[in-house]
Amino acid sequence: MDMRVNIAGVEWKNPVTVASGTFGSGAEFADYVDLNRLGAVTTKGVANIPWAGNPTPRVAETYGGMMNAVGLQNPGIDVFCERDIPFLRQYDTKIIVNVCGKSTEDYCEVVERLADEDVDMLEINISCPNVKEGGIAFGQNPKAAEDITKAVKKYAKQPVIMKLSPNVTSIAEMAKAVEAGGADAVSLINTITGMKIDINRKSFVLANKTGGVSGPAIHPIAVRMVYEAANAVKVPVIGMGGIAKAEDAIEMILAGASAVSVGTANFHDPGVTMKIVDGIEEYMKRQGFETVAEMVGIVR
Amino acid sequence: MTKKKENALVISQEMLAPDIYSMWLQTEAASEAKPGQFISMYTNDGSKLLPRPISICEIDKAAGRLRVVYRVTGKDTGTEQFSKMSAGDTVPVIGPLGNGFPYEKAEGKKVFLMGGGIGVPPILELAKQMKCEKKQILAGYRDAQTFLREEFEQNGELYISTEDGSVGTKGNVMDAIRENGLTADMIFACGPTPMLRAIKTYAEENGIECYISLEERMACGIGACLACVCKSKEKDHHSNVNNKRICKDGPVFLSTEVEI
Repeated sequence: MDMRVNIAGVEWKNPVTVASGTFGSGAEFADYVDLNRLGAVTTKGVANIPWAGNPTPRVAETYGGMMNAVGLQNPGIDVFCERDIPFLRQYDTKIIVNVCGKSTEDYCEVVERLADEDVDMLEINISCPNVKEGGIAFGQNPKAAEDITKAVKKYAKQPVIMKLSPNVTSIAEMAKAVEAGGADAVSLINTITGMKIDINRKSFVLANKTGGVSGPAIHPIAVRMVYEAANAVKVPVIGMGGIAKAEDAIEMILAGASAVSVGTANFHDPGVTMKIVDGIEEYMKRQGFETVAEMVGIVR
Repeated sequence: MTKKKENALVISQEMLAPDIYSMWLQTEAASEAKPGQFISMYTNDGSKLLPRPISICEIDKAAGRLRVVYRVTGKDTGTEQFSKMSAGDTVPVIGPLGNGFPYEKAEGKKVFLMGGGIGVPPILELAKQMKCEKKQILAGYRDAQTFLREEFEQNGELYISTEDGSVGTKGNVMDAIRENGLTADMIFACGPTPMLRAIKTYAEENGIECYISLEERMACGIGACLACVCKSKEKDHHSNVNNKRICKDGPVFLSTEVEI
């Protein structure tokens, strides 16, 4: 039995990575997770310059999930390259760098800076709902999404994953647009924009008023969107959204995901990714699957 | 890879005051715990995903036990679920987390140990472990429900203040300092932000070294998600912006490092 997957020419040892923003650059989780056992580590979004992010409160719990409006706080690409890449390179896992920006130029600057760095893939975040210019302007319009994909592809030396927003009318149309722009893979879903009100204080719970909803509560929406996207494009789909256990990850793979990302569940149990890797392996044994690819998208 | 979420065993549970509960836990977290650190406690209810950061009130290393004293924040909350647990139940935890109070610095000093509301409990273990010249404990409560009072009386000079004036000084911990004419050359404090703000101002006006324990809504509790940040005066080494992570770089900060 073989757990390896090939995502846009990059071989991961298993189909499990983490969702950007839930795992930092891995250092804080290294006490709880054997990073060598992850297919890839997807890092917190990084921009060309440091971003301070949104005011607090930045998170709130919701029924079966949570909301966040961190606002892409990050130390900027220079610190990331000096500190986080060498840290992750100590481990036998693939490095996927999530890139954010406020303009096409911002994205291209980071992608160009990463071209000669020892990282395996780039994930372009055009779907953050918490920063006005933080990508969502590109992520809700097919033409804009195609154009930004084309622009970053000019500078990228690593395969480019475009991370899509669920806050659109047709996820299939968005997936097709970035594929037309040259995307090597797509990942979805980012968080769903939500709002929570404190009825005693009569005010918004999050300082940003709105935030991105994530966690098990949104999992069925994510499965549906992964299914639609996978049926619309030829490039691999990395599925995410509310995966909290191996069964959720397998569901996503059967719906069409070639790999999966675990996000909010890392906050509920920092060691959860190890259990998910083990659980997928057990399922494959039980069901007689020889490779992960055999499972991808078989439910139609 | 040395840490994991563990099921801590509830040894005892008791109500100290309305909505204030005390729980002793058998947990591996006890072996390395320091005053001012916290543990992340999870509910056994799948609809509530995020850990509740709860400060450590007492540490019994020999027995491998921690005491947490916490407030039930409302109906159907995670803390309400904790309050319904009894001896023999298990509660998932990770910890100890955060930096804790640098109580070694208090040696030879005249110290204020200040706690307000649900910021009172972490001051107890601090008072027990601190060796200093003069240990003045200022505990601020809402009313006559002065939980942990007996324990504090055994561990220092206790000055109580209550908002309704039913016990001790009427007002807050700052009023108790003034009413009793107290002075100090080092401060350790935990409590609501307005109280910490007043203490920070007082400390800085009087040139007193002051450590404050902050709180903010958290998600991961281990420094990765960047939810629980506070403003820092200088650019922070890790974040490369003027933000520090309360769960990882704190919760205890030198008052002059942070803006609250």
